[in-house]
This record gives sequence, structure tokens and C-alpha cells, in this order.
Amino acid sequence: MLFRQAGIFHTDYAADRALFPIAADRWMIGILLTFGLVAPLLVNSLYLSSYLLPWLIWTAGALGLNLILGWAGQFHLGYAAVMGIGAYATVHATRAGIPWEIAIVLGGSTAAIIGVGFAFAALRVKGLYLALSTLALQFVMDWVISHVPAISGGTQATLQAPDIRLLGLPVTSDAGLYYVALVWCILVTSFMLNLRRTALGRALIAVREKDFAAAVIGVNSFYFKLVAFSTSSFIGGVTGAILIGTFYHAVTPEQFSVDVSIQALAMVIVGGLGSIIGSYFGAAFILLMPGAINSLISWAAIRFGFSLSIETLAHLPQALYGALIIGFLLIEPLGLGKIYNNIRDYLLVWPFGYVKK
Amino acid sequence: MDWALLAESATNGGLVGLMYSLVAMGIVLIYKSSSVPNLAQGSMTMLGAYVVLAFANNAKAPIWLAIMLAIVTMFGVGMAIERVALRRLAGRPIIMILMMTLGLEILLRAGAMTIWGGTGRPMPLGISDDPLFLGSMLINRTYAVGAAVAIVMFGLFMLFFRTRMGVVLRAISDDYTAAWSVGISVERGVALSWAMSAVVATVAGVLWASVQGVDQSLAQLLLKGVTVAVLGGLDSLGGALLAGMLLGIVEGVSASFLDPVLGGASRDLVDAAMLMLTIMLRPHGLYGRHDIERI
Repeated sequence: MLFRQAGIFHTDYAADRALFPIAADRWMIGILLTFGLVAPLLVNSLYLSSYLLPWLIWTAGALGLNLILGWAGQFHLGYAAVMGIGAYATVHATRAGIPWEIAIVLGGSTAAIIGVGFAFAALRVKGLYLALSTLALQFVMDWVISHVPAISGGTQATLQAPDIRLLGLPVTSDAGLYYVALVWCILVTSFMLNLRRTALGRALIAVREKDFAAAVIGVNSFYFKLVAFSTSSFIGGVTGAILIGTFYHAVTPEQFSVDVSIQALAMVIVGGLGSIIGSYFGAAFILLMPGAINSLISWAAIRFGFSLSIETLAHLPQALYGALIIGFLLIEPLGLGKIYNNIRDYLLVWPFGYVKK
Repeated sequence: MDWALLAESATNGGLVGLMYSLVAMGIVLIYKSSSVPNLAQGSMTMLGAYVVLAFANNAKAPIWLAIMLAIVTMFGVGMAIERVALRRLAGRPIIMILMMTLGLEILLRAGAMTIWGGTGRPMPLGISDDPLFLGSMLINRTYAVGAAVAIVMFGLFMLFFRTRMGVVLRAISDDYTAAWSVGISVERGVALSWAMSAVVATVAGVLWASVQGVDQSLAQLLLKGVTVAVLGGLDSLGGALLAGMLLGIVEGVSASFLDPVLGGASRDLVDAAMLMLTIMLRPHGLYGRHDIERI
């Protein structure tokens, strides 16, 4: 109906290789991009800076984690630590007078270098042990950040982030900050979209499926694990820096604790492993869900006339969040991205359902 | 070098370590039977303590009866978790299973606090706070009781593994396909191991709660439990006991010497470092099977 396509019939190789082979997808992406560009005019600034902006940044972060988890198949429980390294490096660099454009690249590179340290754990162990060693590294990073005064500015300290300056112009308006996040999110998304058309992406998938089988067909799995860890850490580091620069405006160790790592993991799992559109859905779901549940509970409390204690209200969203992760794993392990794909596959050949393979 | 301080912190550390191994034993029991690394063991420990308090405060049961009732309840909770959440994930990639236990961790921790609230409460076990004098060393009575209970639990498990059901569990952990083909109900065995692990978690929860009170921080015992379980070898109960003692001694000694230098909180750093070192140098731990790396 939407796609007007009873099956996919390419007549040349260029069409087969196209990023969006189906016209309806191109239209939808175009409409979304246009909406993204004019959003500051349409949406009021509260929604812009407290919903759209964090959603875009966290999507970029979730895509970075999806690179390592969904593409390369390596478990990473310390992603927040990597984001924190990028954020702290960038804040220190800008405070030292380095322009912000260079500082975020520096932050990303620092995160990538330390992130490769995580990969050296992947070299020796895999699966469960990799998960546990990245978890241990998360704790070490937390400890180092909060206990080395040169990094955190003292225990319990909040380090003020300088205002973003692009090409010497300060970016302080809500719309300006939003565009910074939008550009970064589009950059990461197009990188990830193109990744699956390149040799690198195919090699990562080979490593994910079975690393020694990949080695047999000539893919150096150790090298590609290193590449995956450093790329994902670079994305994570820059995302952390942008999160601080545009959203929090100050950096504290708690912003990158182990809970945040689990939150990022939940985004990827709820969205779907290896799914790009899923990362958008997952980030939106995890970010919006606590607020939505809170308003649902307060609505129900008024509607049905019961009252809940403050402690119950504080912990109920968290409990439902855990229940949702469990629910997704049981009902649709490939997440929201898979649900979207199922609908798309159905509509792709509608009304000729029998065309489907 | 202050030898008296060294001996005292080593002894107390060893006793604390035996209490860590109570948490680790739960992880080991589940891992042995189903190769599931249970990252929810910390919150199961916390839930156990909350259930004991619920029986003691709301149903006004004496504390020993409350503990018994909680053990029975948690036995059911463990079975239910396996039946509802883990059984359907059998054979899925390890990422899914780890994420499931993380989801359970969040659900149990936040669920307990939703129901009972997050303010810290004491666990009235009636162990006196006076230190026990052993020569010139001061020893915490609660730690001593906890360590004794850990050793007793270990002994009970050793006896259990000699019974018919225990032999069944050992067969499952050895090779579940072979166990299945000779007619052993693998599902029931795995469910039993979850139930036993929930029982150990309750015992650990009660003891730890009498040390640090009943609140969210009980769930953070997970890091210690995981470290001890990995160090001892993920499928060895005896390894967990020994590794717990080892970690406790290392932690106690290094904390008493490092804390003044690093400004406190060096225990977590020591844990994380021990975990990293074990994984790097000897992933199968002290007593684990050598093929344990391949999951």
C-alpha cells in the first residue's frame, strides 16, 4: 500500500547497491530529514531541548554500542565509561583553550585508545568473560574518574563544561544545540548505514557469526575486533562529549556510572541487535518510558482514586523498566527494529502476501 | 610493617570473604547446571533479606521462623524465575541470557523497593556487637557467625550432592545431553538449582543484612560474588569457598594499607583488579574445568 512493490526486482547493479533501493523508503527518509531540519520552528523549545535533543544524542550512542554488540557480536558492559572518558577529555581540552571542534575529536580519540584496552580483553576471552571484564573495567574507570582530582576536579565535584563554540561562534540557543546533536546523529547513522555495504561491515558480521570460521576464510578476527572496539569507542566518546556540551552542560562521574551502561545496553536490546532504525526506537523507548509511566500512574491514581507512597512512585518505573527488558527478550528478542521490519515486509508486497519467500 | 594490624585485617578479611562466598555459591550452583551466569544473584540476596523482614515485621513471626518461611518462599521464587524467564531462553546467544539476568536484576531490586521502600532497616538477628578477642586480635562476631554458616552450607551441599537428586544434578552439569538421553529431566534439575541458589541467596541476605542493614546496597554484593565465583572457577563450589577467603584476605589487608594512601574506597578497586587479573591470567579460575572458557 505504502511501498507499492510486489517484490523487489532490480534491473541493474546500481539499483541493487543503492542505500535505499525502494522509493517509499527514500520518501520517508526525506520527510523525516525535513522534519528534523525544521523541528526548531515547529516544536516548542521545552520539547526540543528535553526530548528531541537527548533522543538524538542517545541514538548516536546506541548506534555506537550496536556496532560492537550487534555487528561485531562482542559484549560491552562498560560503554558508559567510554562515553565518560570522551566527555572528560573534551571538557579538559576545551578548558585548556583548544577549539571545541578539535576537542571532541581529541575526546573521541582518547576514548578510542582506552577502548582498545577493552579490546585486549576481547583478544583473550569471549562471551561471558568479556562481559565480566568490561564490567570490571567500568568499575575501574568509575573509580579512577572519581578518585583522581586531576580528572574529576576533586571528589564529589561537578566540572562546568565551557559553552560550545563552532568556528569561533558561541552556540547557546536551543535550536543551535539541537542542530549540533542532529548533525552528529546523522553522521553516525549514515556511517552505520554504509557500514553494511562495505568490506569492514561484512568482516564484522563474519566475526560475529563465528570467529574461527571467519579466520578460516581469511578474515583476521583479532584485527577486526580491535577496529570494532576502537570505532565504537570513538563514537561513544564523541557522543559523551556532545551529551555534556549540549545537554548536561556540566560533567560528574555519576552521569557515566554502571547504570548508564545498562541503560545503553537496554536501548540496543529493546531496539534490536544490529538494527539501525531499532536504535532510534530503542533510545526513544528507554528515554521516554519512565516519564510516560509516571504520568500514567499519576493519571490512574486520580482516575481510580488510590494513592501511592513517594517511595513506591520513585521505584515503580525502574521495576517496570526491568520487566520490559525481560518482556522483550521473551516475546521479541530482536526488538522493536524487528517488529518494524515485520510490518514493512508485510506492506512491501501487500496485497500479494504469497509473493513473500 | 604492623604485623598485628596485618593479622587482624587478614583474619577479619578471611571471615568476610567466606560470607562473600555465600553469594558466589549461588552463582556457581546455577552456572554448574545450566551455564547461565546469574547477574541477578545480588538482587536475589537483597530480596531474600526483604522477605525475611516482611515475615518478621508484618506477620510478627519470630526471627528464626521468619527465616524458615523466607527460605521456603525464595525456593518458590527461584523455581518461578527459571520457569518463566530462563527456560525459554535455552540455546539462545549468551548476550540474550546475560541481558535477561540483568533485566531480572533491575526488576527484583526495584520491585523489592517498590513494595517495601528503600530506607535502610536493621536485621535483628541478636548477634552482639561486642568484638570477640582472639589473643590480641579483635574479631567481629557477625563475620564469625557468617563464616561458620558459609562453611555449614558448603558441607550441606557436599552431602546433598551425594544424594540421588544431587547425583542427578552432577550428571546434568557434566553433560546435559547425555543426562537427557538417559531420562533425567534436565529442566527439573535446572529449576532445582535455581531454587537452591535462591535459598543460599536468602541465607547470604540475612547475614549481610545483619552487617550492613537491609537496603539497596545488598544488591551490590553482585560484584563480590562474581569476582569470587570467577576466581574459584565458575563450576566449583569448593573453589568458591576458597576464593572467597582469598579475596576477603587480599581485600582486608590491602584496604587497611591502601585506604590511607588512596583516600578510601579501595575495596571495589581491589575487587575489579582481582576480577580482571583472573580473567586475563586464568579464566577457568582456581578449580574450574579447563574447557570452561568455551561457552
